[in-house]
This record gives sequence, structure tokens and C-alpha cells, in this order.
Amino acid sequence: MKIPMRFNPALLLAILAAPAFSAVTDVTLDNGLRVIVKEDHRAPVAVSQLWYKAGSMDEFNGTTGVAHVLEHMMFQGTEKVPEGQFSKLIAAAGGKENAFTNRDETVYFQQLQKDRLPIAFGLEADRMANLQLKDESFAKEIQVVMEERRMRTEDNPQSILYEQLMSVAFQEHPYRRPIIGWMNDLESLKAQDARDWYARWYAPNNATLVVAGDVNPQEVIALAKKEFGSLARKALPVRKPQDEPEQRGVKRINVKAPAKLPYLLMAFHAPTLRDPEKDVAPWAFMILAGVLNGNDSARLNKVLVKEKRIAVDVGAGYDGMSRGPGMFFLEGTPAQGKSVAELERSLKSEIARIQKEGVSEKELNRVKAQVIAGDVFQRDSIFYQAMQLGEIATIGLPLDLLDKRLDKLKAVTSEQVREAAKLLKEDNLAIATLDPQPIKGEPGKSTLEGVGNVR
Amino acid sequence: MFANRFLLSLTALALCLPAIAGVNIQNWETPQGTRVYFVENHDIPMLDVAVDFPAGSRFDTPEMSGLAALTHGMLDQGAGGMSDIVIAQRLADVGASLSGLFDRERAGASLRTLSSVRERDAALDVLVTVLQKPEFPQSIIQRERARMIAALREAESRPGDVAEKAFYQELYGNHGYGLPETGTIPTLSKLKRSDLQNWYRNYYRAGDAIISMMGDMTRAEAEQLALRISSGLPQGRATSSYKPTLEAKYPLPQEKRIAHSSTQSHVLLGQVAMARKDPDYFALYVGNHVLGGSGFNSRILDEVRQKRGFAYSAYSYFFPLVEPGPFVIGLQTKVSQTNDALNVARETVSKFVTEGPSSAELKQAKDNLIGGFPLRIDSNSEILGYLRAIGFYQLPLTYLDDWTKNVDAVTLDQIRDAFRRRVNPEKMSLVIVGGDAR
Repeated sequence: MKIPMRFNPALLLAILAAPAFSAVTDVTLDNGLRVIVKEDHRAPVAVSQLWYKAGSMDEFNGTTGVAHVLEHMMFQGTEKVPEGQFSKLIAAAGGKENAFTNRDETVYFQQLQKDRLPIAFGLEADRMANLQLKDESFAKEIQVVMEERRMRTEDNPQSILYEQLMSVAFQEHPYRRPIIGWMNDLESLKAQDARDWYARWYAPNNATLVVAGDVNPQEVIALAKKEFGSLARKALPVRKPQDEPEQRGVKRINVKAPAKLPYLLMAFHAPTLRDPEKDVAPWAFMILAGVLNGNDSARLNKVLVKEKRIAVDVGAGYDGMSRGPGMFFLEGTPAQGKSVAELERSLKSEIARIQKEGVSEKELNRVKAQVIAGDVFQRDSIFYQAMQLGEIATIGLPLDLLDKRLDKLKAVTSEQVREAAKLLKEDNLAIATLDPQPIKGEPGKSTLEGVGNVR
Repeated sequence: MFANRFLLSLTALALCLPAIAGVNIQNWETPQGTRVYFVENHDIPMLDVAVDFPAGSRFDTPEMSGLAALTHGMLDQGAGGMSDIVIAQRLADVGASLSGLFDRERAGASLRTLSSVRERDAALDVLVTVLQKPEFPQSIIQRERARMIAALREAESRPGDVAEKAFYQELYGNHGYGLPETGTIPTLSKLKRSDLQNWYRNYYRAGDAIISMMGDMTRAEAEQLALRISSGLPQGRATSSYKPTLEAKYPLPQEKRIAHSSTQSHVLLGQVAMARKDPDYFALYVGNHVLGGSGFNSRILDEVRQKRGFAYSAYSYFFPLVEPGPFVIGLQTKVSQTNDALNVARETVSKFVTEGPSSAELKQAKDNLIGGFPLRIDSNSEILGYLRAIGFYQLPLTYLDDWTKNVDAVTLDQIRDAFRRRVNPEKMSLVIVGGDAR
């Protein structure tokens, strides 16, 4: 349905919330659009990000990938801004623009000189309601998306492994499905599927507009009202929880793909941050990830790469800020002559050590020093600052989390880290190992040497 | 109407001058001959310091390919009595991060630290030590070499990496730019500790070093730091066995198809093109913005992706180096449509070289580049990147001040003329990785 783009003065009065905390303004317009503004006056530029709370986790079987396909289609034209013109108009204003789709959200962004924000807002508001989604555009763009899937997933053994591990680690929760979608779903996706998706989720009351940069919050809000204020809110579908049932024992898969090196990825179910004040484990998990992998001298790299030389690369990561369930990852590539089984044992024994002994004061302080410094370094990027706000808002966490985070992390104790590590249980674990298959076209020797002979 | 409103506002924007905050670059040379570039800025309590040397992979020999990269990678793996682990811990203790830069031209290190005295001084001590007193412990060389070899093997599973390596070899042969940046498995395997020590002593010299600094520090502190770094490096300038190649000596254009298990073909097409200080630089740069350098605004992506859905990414770029660097056109597409996509890319380039851009396209490119200039210098890390490039390629100190003027001055004729002289669609090298090699 088309919404007329007229200015509605009544909306000027429609501020529902007052500024939340220092230098961040947070208001919700009458039509449900949340507007968050972060001032940063270092350079005469601004970033605008529009976050839709609609990601791959909101999809259904058979049409996986539609969130991302719609993201592509959002550049394919409205009545007022024909196909291809969106990017051209932003570019002509000296701007950069792009978009990305995640499990939890789809985000569109522009970076511009500060006085050119009206152009970005006008274009975003237009395509929030007036996208055309023509069959012929869709037929072409779905080919592009399949090429993207080939590039990112099919031809990248570690991506294939990640995709397959997720499909096993989660039994019910939609995080089991790849963001880009299964190939067969893409092959059978229709323009109507994208239209349905757009009609269901693209509405002001399902979006958050985040602006960071050299701007005046009141002017940004007035501009948002002017451009987005007349868009009608929609009744949003009920989101089912799809809670993951308790895992009953380790899950293990072997993935064969053309590759040169084996690889191991372990995924434990882990808690998610829901109440920043009361939750303890998520903060402890963040520190645990830092102790294991936060810097070059962190445990995994120090012990497994530098000292024991079991691995050429290792990593650990905690994904605990999301709409869906959290996960804790361990990964690594075994050194020549070492097996994935040895690497798996070594990674587990590092976890076991922390479960038994906790971590040292020195290690804790080291991780905290990095958190403190990181908090300063991030101020160098307004894009990143906007990203953090958009993510927190989309998950539904309070924005002052960003202010409190530092204190919360500083307060984590060795005992809390130990308790967190104890949650990393075998019964909670899914493991994938990459089993390298020969790469075509190499008669017994490497492609590299083959090319080298040409000289 | 929305569209009208849009045009009006654009016209209005064109009339007012962009509020560009200038970048004040301070520049001096230490008594040891190190060139220093400094931008003082106290907005954020942090500091970036980078030190670069002309010690990239182009200075390798085919027999010892990978020596430059291995030496560079070993700098922070043991220095001044500190082990690799102690170095990492000292940095982590103060929340600092040390990063390496290594490419065909440059080998360098950059430090990002808080500017508070305790953190800053501890972090700078580590930076200075790894630059001045690397120890190249034998057993760590073995480990790091093994990791480099593992990375080389893993790269073989990635068709894009295989293609790039083959492409540079096709273009440059045994010229330094043709050597793989991180060497080959056989040559890395042969390198000895003394090779690394000699390499370091010859190539990491004060007379060749470039120091770039950005952030929360005074001029006096910056001078002191630069002197401290410079005076403790091997003195003088590198003696290089490296001989520049005359244009006539580059290999003739070749076409190579490399089989791979990938579902897509990775296609690279191009030729040796221009150096960083080339008089055609801005004409080619702005022209390429129209041809393949500006994503959805450029002809190549329009033809290959927007019109035909052949690829997710398709682009062209000039990669100017000290000597002529390549002009590259690239795309990836499913194996069965490789030739169709390649033909579209070739035709697009040929047509562009023959006709040049339209005046509307040139205006669009200039509006984008000039209007977008403030975004290029809106963070400390971006300004540091420019300082490093200005220093290394010896660009004018007014490079950033003049940038928009230089872009604006480019004419249609200059682009047409430069592309006709510099890009020859009939003489391009081609690499295709994917499918069966036919």
C-alpha cells in the first residue's frame, strides 16, 4: 500500500521519551519509529543507519534467505526513485551507502556530510513504504544473490562448516538456518515471497533510525518527523519464541570440502544478556572470551600456538548480545603433524583448567585494560558508535548499557569467570571438523607450485 | 513531488562550500634522515604511531621469496630481551595494540595506545624495542615459518587468492612485484636466521624510515619520540640489489586458466599501468571512478551485475606503486557463465577507452569524490593512513588540501586521452581460476 509523503504537523508534538543519557537522544515518533541520535562533533560528517527488526531468524523454512534478498531489492526502485537511482543520488551527494542483513536485523546506512542528511532520510522514508519489487528486477537480483552465496559460502570451506554446524547445534531455533539462505530456497524463491516479507516487516514501528555525527539532535528528530512521520504503522505479526530445547549430549559432524588444512569449530550453548543489571554470566563470558583470546598473549594463543605449537591458529568468541540464544565458540587449525582430535583435547583442557582454577588477577586486569582502552578507541569511528546503539536497540536492551558496560566488566571476578566456564559442558556442545578433500586440477602438487612454474 | 524536491536540494548544496576541516600536517626530518609526519589532535585521549620502511616483497629475490615477509613477521616475536609472550603481555597490560603493515612496497608497524602517560610510555617502549632490537630467535622462526606455510596452503583453497597470485606473476614475471608477497613453500623452507638478520640490518634503516604520528601528543613530545626511534635503528640507507624494470621488459600479455574445485570462476584482467607519482594519476583515478571504481555508480558493475545478474562483485582499479602498478578488472561468476561475463567486462572497458565518460558521468564522479572528501579524513585512523602514504610515496604535504581541486580540474579530454594512452584492451593479461582449465 502506498503512503502519501506529506508533511503532518501534528507529529511535531509526538515525542514519547526524553533523552536517556549523556550525548544520546532517544525518542519514538507517533508512528512507532524510534530515533536515536549520538552527537560527535569531531568532523563535519554524519552516519545514518536504519535498523529493521527483521533478520533471518524471522524467516520460515522454504523461504530462507528472503530477508537478505529483500535487502538487495530495496535498491531496485520506487515510483519516485527508479531502479539504480538510490545509489546514484547518495553518491551525487558525496555519500557512501550500503546495507547488511544479519540473523536479528536488516540495516541500511549512509555516510554523508552532515548537511546532506535530508537526502538520506528522504530516500529511506520513500523505500520504507513505496518499494516496487518488480518481477524482472527480482529475476535478475536473485541471480546476484546466488553468486554471492557461491562466493561467500560454497567456495569457502570454513563457511560451509559454520553453516552446517549451526544447522546441527540448533534443533528448533531459527539460528539454525544460514542468513544468506539455502541454495535450493534461493532457486525457488519468487518475487511474491519478497513482497510478503516487505509487507510484513517494513514499517516505522519495526525500525530504529540511528544517527551519529556532527548533528543537532533536535534538528535530526524534526527531520525524521518530516520525512518518516507520515508513514503509517502496521500491525506486526506475533513473534514466536521458538526456544531451543535442552541439548542431550554432544553433537558431532564431519564436513568434507575441497581444502588444504583441517579445521575445528566448537559451539557451546551459552546465556544471552537480557538484564544488564542482574545478569552475571554474560559479563563473565565476555571476560572469559578475553582471557582465552582477547590479545596475543591470551591463553589459547599463548599455550596452543606459541608454547605447545599444537595449532597454527586458534580463537574463542562469545556471542551473547542477540535477540536469540547465545553461543560460545572455540576454533582452531591444527599445526602440521597434529590432528584435530589433539587440538580438540587441548582446547577442552584449557577450559577445564579455568573450570578448576579460575583465572589469575593479572589476566583479569589485562582483559579489563583492553576493555578500558577499547572504550576510548571506539570513539574514533562514528559508524561503530552508531552500530552499537542500533544493535542494542534492536535486541531490546537499554541504551545506557553502553555507559554501564565498563563498570560491569570491571566488576567481574575470577570466581565468576570460573562459574561461566563451568557452563561449557560436553552435553551442551556441537563440534564440526573439516575433512579436506583434494582441490581439482592439482596432479599431486599444489596449485601454488603449478603457477610458480610459469615464470 | 519528491523527485523535484530532491533536485532542488542538490542544487542548493552545490552552491555552498563544503565545510572541510583542514588537516595540518607537520613534517620534519631527524638528523638520521628519517622523515616524520605528524598531526596533533587532542579530541580523543589516544595516540597512533606508525613506522614504515621500503622493505616489502618487491625487494625479495625469486630464490629467497618470502624473506621480507618472514623478517617483518618476526619483529615482535622476541626483542630486546623480551620473549614473544612478554611483548604481547606488556602491550595487553596497557590496552595497546601493535599491528603490522606488509605489502609489495612497505613493511611497517603501527601502535595504537591511550595517551595517558603510564599506558603511552609502556606501549612506546615496546614499539621502539621491536623496531630496534628484534632478536629473531631460531625456534620462533621455525614456528612462524610453519604458520606462514600453513597460511599459503590454506590460500590454495581460495580461488580468489590463487587468481591474484597468478595475475601478478603474469604481469610482472620475475620483477619484484611479480613475487608472491609471503613467498612460496620451497623458498620459505630454505631461509636461515642469518638471512633474516641481514635483511633487517639492511632494510630497516633510519635513512629510509618514515614515521607517521596522529593524535594526543605535543610537537615537542613527537620530536623526542621520532628522534628516539630514528637514532636506535640501523643507520644510513639500504643498499638494494633491486633494479627498476623498464616498461619494455615486462612479460608479454598472457592468458592463463587454472583448474579449481570452486563453483565460481574468479576472473582477473589487466595490465601494468601507472606509478604513484604519474602525471596522469588524477585523470586515470577519476576516469576509473566512472568505469569500475565506484560500485553501483560504475559502468562495470552496472553491466555485469545490475543489467545481467552475472556477479555479486565486479570492479576495476588502478593500484599505483612506486613503479608502475597494475590496472585490474575483476569479477567472480558461476563457472558456466565465465566467458559471457568476461566478454561483458572486456566490451565495457573497450568502449570506455574508445569513448571516455559522458559529461554527466564525469559530473557524477566529481560530485561523489569532492562531496565525499570529508568522509576520507573523519577519523584518526584514516588520517594516519594518509600520513603513511604521503610519507612513503613522497607526495606533497598539501596532498589533502589540493585533493578536491585536483579532482575538480580533471576534464573529459584528459580522461579520454589518458585512458587511450595508458590502457590497451587488446593487450591485457587474463587469469581465470575455477572449473576445468581449458
